[in-house]
Amino acid sequence: MSLQLHDIGLVVEGVAHLDNIEVEFERGRLTTVLGRTLAGKTTLMRSIAGLQRLDRGTVQVDGRDYSRLPTWQRDIAMVYQQFINYPHLNVYENVAFPLRRKNLSEETIRQRVDAVLEKVGLSAFERRRPSQLSGGQQQRVALARALARESDILLLDEPLVNLDFKLREQLRSELRSLLTQQQHTIMIYNTTEPVEAMLLGDTVVVMHDGRVLQIGTPARVFDYPASRAVAQVVNDPPMSFIEGRKTDTGLELTRSVTVPLPPHLRDLANGNYRFGIRANELRLGGSTLQGRVTFSEVSGSETFLYLDAPTGPLALQIEGVHVLEEGRNVGIEIPADRLFAFELDAGERLLAAPATGAAS
Amino acid sequence: MSSIRLHHVGHAYAAGSYALQPADLVFEHGKTYALLGPSGCGKTTMLNIISGLLQPSEGQVLFNDTDVTLVPTARRNIAQVFQFPVIYQSKTVFENLAFPLQCRKWDRERIARRVDEIAGMLGLSDRLGRPARGLTVDEKQLISLGRGLVRDDVAAILMDEPLTVIDPQMKFELRRRIKQAHAYARVTVIYVTHDQNEAMTFADEILVMKNGRVVQRGTPETLFERPLNPYVGHFIGSPGMNFLPLERRAQSLALAGLPIAGVTTHPPAGEIMLGVRPEHMAFTDPSDRDGFPAMIEGIEDHGSARVVEVSIGGHRARMKLSRDKAVPPPGAPLAVRFNRLCLYVDGELLE
Repeated sequence: MSLQLHDIGLVVEGVAHLDNIEVEFERGRLTTVLGRTLAGKTTLMRSIAGLQRLDRGTVQVDGRDYSRLPTWQRDIAMVYQQFINYPHLNVYENVAFPLRRKNLSEETIRQRVDAVLEKVGLSAFERRRPSQLSGGQQQRVALARALARESDILLLDEPLVNLDFKLREQLRSELRSLLTQQQHTIMIYNTTEPVEAMLLGDTVVVMHDGRVLQIGTPARVFDYPASRAVAQVVNDPPMSFIEGRKTDTGLELTRSVTVPLPPHLRDLANGNYRFGIRANELRLGGSTLQGRVTFSEVSGSETFLYLDAPTGPLALQIEGVHVLEEGRNVGIEIPADRLFAFELDAGERLLAAPATGAAS
Repeated sequence: MSSIRLHHVGHAYAAGSYALQPADLVFEHGKTYALLGPSGCGKTTMLNIISGLLQPSEGQVLFNDTDVTLVPTARRNIAQVFQFPVIYQSKTVFENLAFPLQCRKWDRERIARRVDEIAGMLGLSDRLGRPARGLTVDEKQLISLGRGLVRDDVAAILMDEPLTVIDPQMKFELRRRIKQAHAYARVTVIYVTHDQNEAMTFADEILVMKNGRVVQRGTPETLFERPLNPYVGHFIGSPGMNFLPLERRAQSLALAGLPIAGVTTHPPAGEIMLGVRPEHMAFTDPSDRDGFPAMIEGIEDHGSARVVEVSIGGHRARMKLSRDKAVPPPGAPLAVRFNRLCLYVDGELLE
């Protein structure tokens, strides 16, 4: 019981917008599609909804071919980035609207709308117009309308991106508990934010340049990014990359900086690699190398530092809120046992990953 | 040196209800300030009073001890950047940046030098000859900022949510550019935003506002480490600060029936709460005398960190643990400890 995309392809003016997409979305599970802007996420969603003509490939739901079905015959609900509601209808009627077209009894409609408004915390607002609500409440109305339809497929296209930081944090957690209750729905959620993809997804699909790069559980994708491109998409602040050479005894990161060979890289053949390190694993105050702060910013409860160092640009994350002025020189420690190793060829595949943290 | 001083400044759009409560405030020369709060908190009202777009219903606005309360915007020597770029679409980037200097009758050579310098810093050097019309929104916003920066006589640059219409992907670059510009120009900046990350990234000092009042003023570190009230504690940091009710005992304060060490034993009268940041909590051995028995209610995987929701004697709290820290298996007896905490009496920080 699932939604299957097979061999999907779309070329626009010579550029592949979707390239050989093979994905299966299971019922009762939430799949997050993670990728930067223009990765193909929205185009993929539009293909599922029947809003996008495709050059090739099939869309199947429980074995039934959807490819030629018009949108209105596909049982799909969608929530967009923008808060889209009927401005002339109150909250109750906004949510009831799609149900009225299904010839349901007024009592059934009332029950369903009440239940859904309760779930999204809008019971007290049913007589308000969308314009009388905050952004977060407006998006809850759109979500409630999508949920009330009890459709087969629920598509959520970056639904939180236009909300304030604090509201996003709150709705993210709410969505998680809300969507895990939808046991018969195929749920797909597009996002550019790694934290959102990790936190919400039972499965994460990583997309880049119209291609699917990796499919796996959040932990798997995070701990074993299949390639450098995946590591770039799933890390925010970004993973830093250092081109270096592995020898019998150590890793030469620059001509003058060598770190001892960590056990997890012992089996690599001697030679050149691109090593990756997460921002939260780099440490300040070490003596491995010196860097200069080019930009520092605060995100939530962390401070991100962007540095120029002999190894190239580095991104470093420290816990808490700190002021480090641009231009300041700092010592940096690179813990060798936390390095990822990627091949240098075109594919830039992952060759070795550090040991994963304690099991959850 | 130009300081900006608000002397008993308050504003009521309609009689009786203040959009901005009367208060005294000083903005020092060369520093960056953020006015931070949700819509309706009075931050834009305050900005408009400083710029002269709005005359306060009471109080005086002083620039360098000169009363400018009745001086119109055009004569206050301030530069403004709004949510939407305000530029001359038909002029080139160069002409846009040069315009304020031409108005001040600078000679051509001096204008060219200054525009080159500022354009270089903003990363606009290769676009100087292009018409502004064809540029992206983030580039146009940099021009708006550049027009303030080229002048050497501005008392302050006032910015009102300048990143609102910028594509999320471009925000990072623009944040970097704006911050560089501040560091370079050392001009007084007052920046209005509802986004705590922007405020914490840009400002030397933040004024957190709520219902027309400044509820806390301080450096980013101070707001994070010592929020004066639960509102600031929730608003700053992600997840926000946890607040847990404490009980008064004869010789101690207690949480869920257990005495809590390292805090005052006789706080002033009132409802007392403990405030603790999610990153300042840790799991500890159940035998730890400073530990409190807890149960895990849920775990969120945030990638490099996990957010664990626990209940301590029925009170919920969120902890943030780095990914390499072990989370105890479900059902195991466990305890949490507080590595740093604040006390609140009737919603106010106890110093």
